[in-house]
Amino acid sequence: MIEQGGRAARLSRTGAWLIICFLLLPITVIIPISLTDRSYLSLPQHDLSLQYFRNFFTSPDWLSSFGQSFVIAVAAMGLAVVVGTLAAIGCWRLGGRVGDGMRFLMLLPMIVPTVVYALGIYRTYAELGLLGTYAGVIVAHAVTGMPYVAILVSAALADFDTRLDQAARSLGASIAQSLLLVLLPIIRPAIASGAIFAFIHSWDELLLVLFIGGRAMFTLPRHMWDGIQDTLDPTMAAVAAILVAITCLMLALDVALRRRDV
Amino acid sequence: MASESLSSGVIPGSMEPGPHGGRRALAERHVYRLLIAPALVLLLAFYVFPVARVLWISVNEPKPGLGNYAELASASVLRVVGTTAEICALTTTITVLLSYVVAYAITHSGRRVRRLMLLGVILPLWISVLVRSFAWFALLRGQGVINTALLQLGFIDQPLALMWNKLGVTIGMVHYMLPYGILPLIANMRQIDPAYTAAARGLGAAPLEAFRRVFLPLSLPGIVASGVLVFIFSLGFYVTPVLLGGGKVVMVTEFISNEIMVVLQWGTGTMLATTLVAAVLLLLAVLSRIVNVRQLFGAK
Repeated sequence: MIEQGGRAARLSRTGAWLIICFLLLPITVIIPISLTDRSYLSLPQHDLSLQYFRNFFTSPDWLSSFGQSFVIAVAAMGLAVVVGTLAAIGCWRLGGRVGDGMRFLMLLPMIVPTVVYALGIYRTYAELGLLGTYAGVIVAHAVTGMPYVAILVSAALADFDTRLDQAARSLGASIAQSLLLVLLPIIRPAIASGAIFAFIHSWDELLLVLFIGGRAMFTLPRHMWDGIQDTLDPTMAAVAAILVAITCLMLALDVALRRRDV
Repeated sequence: MASESLSSGVIPGSMEPGPHGGRRALAERHVYRLLIAPALVLLLAFYVFPVARVLWISVNEPKPGLGNYAELASASVLRVVGTTAEICALTTTITVLLSYVVAYAITHSGRRVRRLMLLGVILPLWISVLVRSFAWFALLRGQGVINTALLQLGFIDQPLALMWNKLGVTIGMVHYMLPYGILPLIANMRQIDPAYTAAARGLGAAPLEAFRRVFLPLSLPGIVASGVLVFIFSLGFYVTPVLLGGGKVVMVTEFISNEIMVVLQWGTGTMLATTLVAAVLLLLAVLSRIVNVRQLFGAK
């Protein structure tokens, strides 16, 4: 291992490791807590126990929340990826003021605080009868997840060599053929990354669901939210540990995709 | 439309020679406009319209005028605004200081250390904010992991009040914001040529002086970017302040959400929401004078 720099660099490295430990502490501590043998939220005392994981997998309430979150996240991801990718390609080709304006529009959900959008969409859905529906939550999550897709795909497009496309076109490919056969395979890793981000965005989203979920949409984050505020059942720690595991898998998937890309 | 396609630079189709080139380029632009259309419709109908309505409601309900904005001076609103400003300022200061150390270490280390550290920074970014706040909840509460350990070790006789106060909220928020603070600083420090500091050293500056007079000023745009980004994200934060504040530390997002869901005061709620948007845009405007904002959000 090559270590660089003098005393300052070494000192900052020690500090940095401490701060990174602080970053990882709560994520790590969730795992032993989820294995506790006691009846309340705590570290295990005598033995490790899987009782709270059993609770989760045998509870129809938790499982239905899990399923609901999954359906919503997959649908919102699909919508965000298709619409966001098409728009990113359009912006890239059109350029100029149209492209810039559209890109800014797609970034808005990342800039405007979520609570502001939550109020507006709550009011709008109340009139459209979309409160407490799958369609309502999916559209709201797709719209707010689109910035991730737009950013990642736009970045990949900026590196794309336009001569490839020109070559395809001058050899007689139509616009559709050139997009599907030349452009799409090259930006596919960026689209996949965007999809993962859009999925996680929806999977974790709480505030919007609190407003527009009505009685019927009880996603996993909402279930956890209610759980934390009402009871301190350690089952929540088991759910949290499962979520950490899923996220680590997704991150590994993203790293693998990017590595193949390079 | 034709002049637009001329002025907007490279369009593959328009480069082709021949009398039909221009018409074909025009046709292609229609195709690309069609690609944008679904996103445009979706965003206008389900994002821009609802948000615009919030602004509109704030000056029209319960009655037209700026009456709602007079409430900005009321005691309860002032208290929430004060708490929000205080927590956000505290969070931003601590986050930027810690971020600077991590970013400096990452940009001044070998490849392996750098990658390992980056992984440690990015992993938490991916973990659900709810899971992270819940974990802090389990750590900090009265019978939580930290208090239990300290009691058993005999360091304290009474559990410390680590949450349901500003301390708990700040710990949780700093934890959430750190990756957002670190990444812009890394981007900035990567662009600082190590030769500058080396030159200062070669000309006789002590290490600390070389840092203070050469490296620090060059990293200033990174500090500003990191600080403003963290401050903006902190302003709109919901989960952590509610969970770790326990109703004792009420920040603006929780207050707005209560106004709408509990006391049904659309006027006050939308007024504060509008004020929040104005504050964020103002900060971004300041930021855009110092760094390239679009790069910060990943756009090129």
